[in-house]
Amino acid sequence: MAEPLTQRPTPIRPRARTRDRLGAVLRRLAGAVFVLWAVATLTFFAVRLIPGDPAQAILGGPGSQTSPEALAAVRAEYGLDQPIWVQYLQQLGRLATGDLGRSYGLNQDVGPLVLAQLGGTLVLAVTSLAVAWVLALTLATWSTGRGRLARRIGSGLEIVAAALPHFWLATVLIVLFSVWLGVLPPISTSDARGLVLPVLTLAVPLAGFLGQVMRESLLTALESPFVLSARARGESERGVFWRHALRHAALPAISLSGWAFGSLISGAVVVETIFARPGLGRTLLTAVTVRDVPVVVGVVMVVAVAYILMTIATDVASRIADPRPRTEAGR
Amino acid sequence: MSELEIQAAVPRRTNVAGRRRPSLAEVLAALLALFLLTAAIAPRLLAPGDPLAIDPLSAFQAPSVAHWFGTDESGRDIYTRVIDGARDSLVIGVTATLIGLGLGVVLGTIAGTLGAAVDFTVNRFLEVLFAFPGLLLALLFILVFGPGPATAIVAVGLSTAPGYARIIRAQLIRVRSSAFVEAATVQGLSGRRILTRHVLPNTLSPLLVLGTLGIGQAIVWAAALSYLGLGAQPPAAEWGAMLSAGRTYITSAWWMSFYPGLFIVLTAVCATYIGRAIERRMRHA
Repeated sequence: MAEPLTQRPTPIRPRARTRDRLGAVLRRLAGAVFVLWAVATLTFFAVRLIPGDPAQAILGGPGSQTSPEALAAVRAEYGLDQPIWVQYLQQLGRLATGDLGRSYGLNQDVGPLVLAQLGGTLVLAVTSLAVAWVLALTLATWSTGRGRLARRIGSGLEIVAAALPHFWLATVLIVLFSVWLGVLPPISTSDARGLVLPVLTLAVPLAGFLGQVMRESLLTALESPFVLSARARGESERGVFWRHALRHAALPAISLSGWAFGSLISGAVVVETIFARPGLGRTLLTAVTVRDVPVVVGVVMVVAVAYILMTIATDVASRIADPRPRTEAGR
Repeated sequence: MSELEIQAAVPRRTNVAGRRRPSLAEVLAALLALFLLTAAIAPRLLAPGDPLAIDPLSAFQAPSVAHWFGTDESGRDIYTRVIDGARDSLVIGVTATLIGLGLGVVLGTIAGTLGAAVDFTVNRFLEVLFAFPGLLLALLFILVFGPGPATAIVAVGLSTAPGYARIIRAQLIRVRSSAFVEAATVQGLSGRRILTRHVLPNTLSPLLVLGTLGIGQAIVWAAALSYLGLGAQPPAAEWGAMLSAGRTYITSAWWMSFYPGLFIVLTAVCATYIGRAIERRMRHA
């Protein structure tokens, strides 16, 4: 019955730990490469499902007058006359060297085109993420420890914020700040003033989501044993809150930031269109509307890479914020 | 006050089953849901006018007693159109959620029941789908199958499916390792019987909550696609399409965009409150 209760944990030698850590990093990288390969494969075959002749699409869509010679020339140029598995391998090879192909409609290589748009979207997404964090933290810390009414108000504000569609919030903000008050430009200019409304549009709904998670974990943290022991050690209320509870509360929100980044990218499709802001989102929407396949695939690949990098970064961040050793099962 | 009266007074706050009295917000959400459902089932009851009736002389009128929400560029009454659009928007939201949940249940159940190898494969597949965040999967789907209301619904459903699948798989694994399943195993029940009678019912009970919470988001996403011109098209009174039509006039006629969007927000908030209320009740039941 009572046999292994006294079993001691096997001591971990420092060397073994380093090796484990290296293994974890390698596994992580292998996983990332796998996901990228799968994303490329999935998009390649999904794009094959599009009805119609791709050569015809390159030459201006189904309505255009095209000679058989022109079609044949285009097929040869884009490798469309090869068997499908050759095309697939060629595509993978090109992607591995960073070549994203050539746009159907814009007569431009997709790689440089997407890279030129990436910066604007990244600035927008990263600023919005930071503003959302500040808003969510402010609301969560204000509304905890102030009684039930404050908690209800805080939670209500978050639910409403999380339900705000980007396209509507943007419209309301434009009417309010550009049309009525006239203090901010309705169209995104290159200076910081033009960034305010797009960032608010993206940050407020996201803050609603993050705030809900933060408040819940903040409440759990304030009732947990480590807070009690911090108090017992004579830590001040303020110290307990800022040094212990808040760090704990930030954890789930950090791991949500990978997802948040993804939702910011989809939000950017809407926001960049409304504020006429150059960026990946607007490029993607235009390409989907005119069915410029290589551009869509290029943007999707770049977003996938960014998303994977972001999830790795959030992993690292949550390991720093929560240094407790973790087991494979308890993740 | 006699003792009997005190006893009678106590259960009013938390009644015998330990249920909390619904909060003010929950009551409001329920009333709003009733209103929206009425609008979807019998729109003429709430707005007797014709949503497509054109009256060029009263175009672009600001909200007034005659036109509560104002009129659009052809003089159509926005209030009537918003009420009329409830059906389309709700049907789109519910259908997309059902598609997402359905796919999620299938994937999650396959991963959680068919052994480690299948679980590993499905998990990798989900990871790949997660690399197309949010609207991206929907946009890829629309690229392949062309824009339109039906594609938009499927696209939204599809892009919510991976999230549902992950939740359902986790729930399935939690239920499978719980004490009552162990008890059933000890009693000698067959694996299939345990799965169908014990594991699946307990796994699927949170679906109602997930679905209710999801409807709001599905409506927002579908409306976003309509707004971008990839879903329902402007003559329709669907809320996203109405917003899209109002886009040209936001500097002069803000009400054309404001009210349809307000109803999207109200619906989503309402779904969240109701979903949470159901969740709390299930937890205490």
